Amino acid sequence: MQIGSLCDNIKVNLNFGVGMKIIVCVKQVLDTAAQIQIDNGMVVSLGSSRIINPYDEFAIEEAVRIKEKKPDTEITLLSLGPEIFKDSIKKALAMGADKAVHLMDAKFDELDSYDLARVLARSIEKISYDLILCGRQAVDLDRAQTGPALATLLDIPFVTVVTGIDFSDDFQSVKITRQVEGGSEVRELPLPLLLTCQKGLNEPRLPSLKGIMAAKKKEVLTLSASDLDIETGDNRVVEKNLCLPPERKKGIILQGTYDEISGELARLLRDEEKII
Amino acid sequence: MSVDCVLGVVIEHDQGETKPVSLEVLSAARKLADQVSGKVIALCLCQSANLEADLFIQHGADEVCFLTHPDLQHYVHENYSFALLRQLEKSSFDYLLVPATNNGKELSAVLSSQLGVGVATDCISLSVNTEGDVEAVRPVSSGKAHSTIRFRGKKPHILSLRPNIFRSPPLSRQGETIEEEAQLPELSQRVHELVKQVGSQLDISEARIVISGGLGMQGPENFKLLEELAETLGGAVGASRPVVDNGWRDYSNQVGQTGRTVSPDLYFACGISGAVQHLAGMSSSRCIVAINSDPNAAIFSVADYGIVGDVVQVVPALTREFKKILAS
Repeated sequence: MQIGSLCDNIKVNLNFGVGMKIIVCVKQVLDTAAQIQIDNGMVVSLGSSRIINPYDEFAIEEAVRIKEKKPDTEITLLSLGPEIFKDSIKKALAMGADKAVHLMDAKFDELDSYDLARVLARSIEKISYDLILCGRQAVDLDRAQTGPALATLLDIPFVTVVTGIDFSDDFQSVKITRQVEGGSEVRELPLPLLLTCQKGLNEPRLPSLKGIMAAKKKEVLTLSASDLDIETGDNRVVEKNLCLPPERKKGIILQGTYDEISGELARLLRDEEKII
Repeated sequence: MSVDCVLGVVIEHDQGETKPVSLEVLSAARKLADQVSGKVIALCLCQSANLEADLFIQHGADEVCFLTHPDLQHYVHENYSFALLRQLEKSSFDYLLVPATNNGKELSAVLSSQLGVGVATDCISLSVNTEGDVEAVRPVSSGKAHSTIRFRGKKPHILSLRPNIFRSPPLSRQGETIEEEAQLPELSQRVHELVKQVGSQLDISEARIVISGGLGMQGPENFKLLEELAETLGGAVGASRPVVDNGWRDYSNQVGQTGRTVSPDLYFACGISGAVQHLAGMSSSRCIVAINSDPNAAIFSVADYGIVGDVVQVVPALTREFKKILAS
């Protein structure tokens, strides 16, 4: 009896005393300012820099803000990608994350969204967490699947396209504002849960010099497919072709006074384009 | 007629009001079905079967399946995925098509990962290949490139379709309607309240006409000019990223790679220079009108009609002329 209640106490401490554990999923993408070309079925953009996926920056920032309010919070970054992703991991650590897990294996190249979520879920299975934050989508593949698919595989609640996160005083539940087309909705949920972050949630900070120095000492654990004991390579969605979008036909510049131009445009849109 | 292929379409509605994109998805499914001897089933989760079944049939459904439950007033992903999974277990579907809205995209993710099947997000073109399988084109990097994908393995294959692309007029058709009680899970989350934004009723991703303003609008007060034009044409007002970052407009209206990607019939770029990210978000629009004081602005490279001039003066002139022509 006594041992039982002792165990219960320990369990309570594990859950509530150690502070919040947050996992932030981070992807590195091509700078959104980049012009791209297609070479051999691959996107290339010579000389363009790589950045943290902008929506993932909202996720990192939100985690750091939670830690500022609740200093015993621990933020673990989770990133799946090649060696070059280390740049973004370093920046996210400099923004205030505590440590990182880098899933790196040639077998992880070009996973479809289901397999990607499977690999992430496998790597998270062994970590305890209260909150998982992702971006609402990566701005390169634009699939918007990783967050909700990961939550589904982990069997935890999720909310996508989040623009507001408001914790209860005891950090046990959270009020979430979600963007929907033409409006928003508010939901209240208990932890643990996964959220995908949308612009409007916060303004991501730039890493401070102190943060950059501190990041150098932070732990980055690299794991491969065999470390995770997971098989991939059975994509359910296969890319057959990648090309630039069709070029738009050359347009015309309308000439005349503003009234003449406006009248002509109205006529063109009605009679030629048949839109209005 | 023998059916070789079953295509399910998930209807998105808001408190019983069907979203136009749902009809577009039905039309797209119909076009595929006609090529593969397929049957289109509209799956409509709602409180009671009072949505317009006839409208679904006219847009391509052979069968309208109402899954009803008192708790299905609003979309909640747990309810939808739970009820749909049971439906997918009961009868076999080859393809499941959903609108590429925020709701549709997350729903596709849940279903795909629960079933272990492939999913393609935000498709803009669908075709049937020589083997009789559906292939899809989807934009990547907000449309800087187009990716053609095909599916492998277990079915149903799931596709979400971008609004505004697959619009088709209604047809005179017959179909049947069935109603079943939906099974719902114990909810771990509930919609606490639904706060609708006032003002812009029409969402920019669903609007046929989008009028966007950039820094050339000179200030937030001038956006009322765009709202007047939008009201005249029945459109929605969007904005470029700098405008949103300046706090002139809400982020939900931002068009571009870190905002929304839109494909309306008509897009007005007013005082927008045409940064790569913005062009990515709107260059799949059918017709583009650009108004800018700088004749060398990059926006003119994608415009069908360009007007070089002061946007604050041009827009009211446009509103006047459109009013005239619409009244005539």
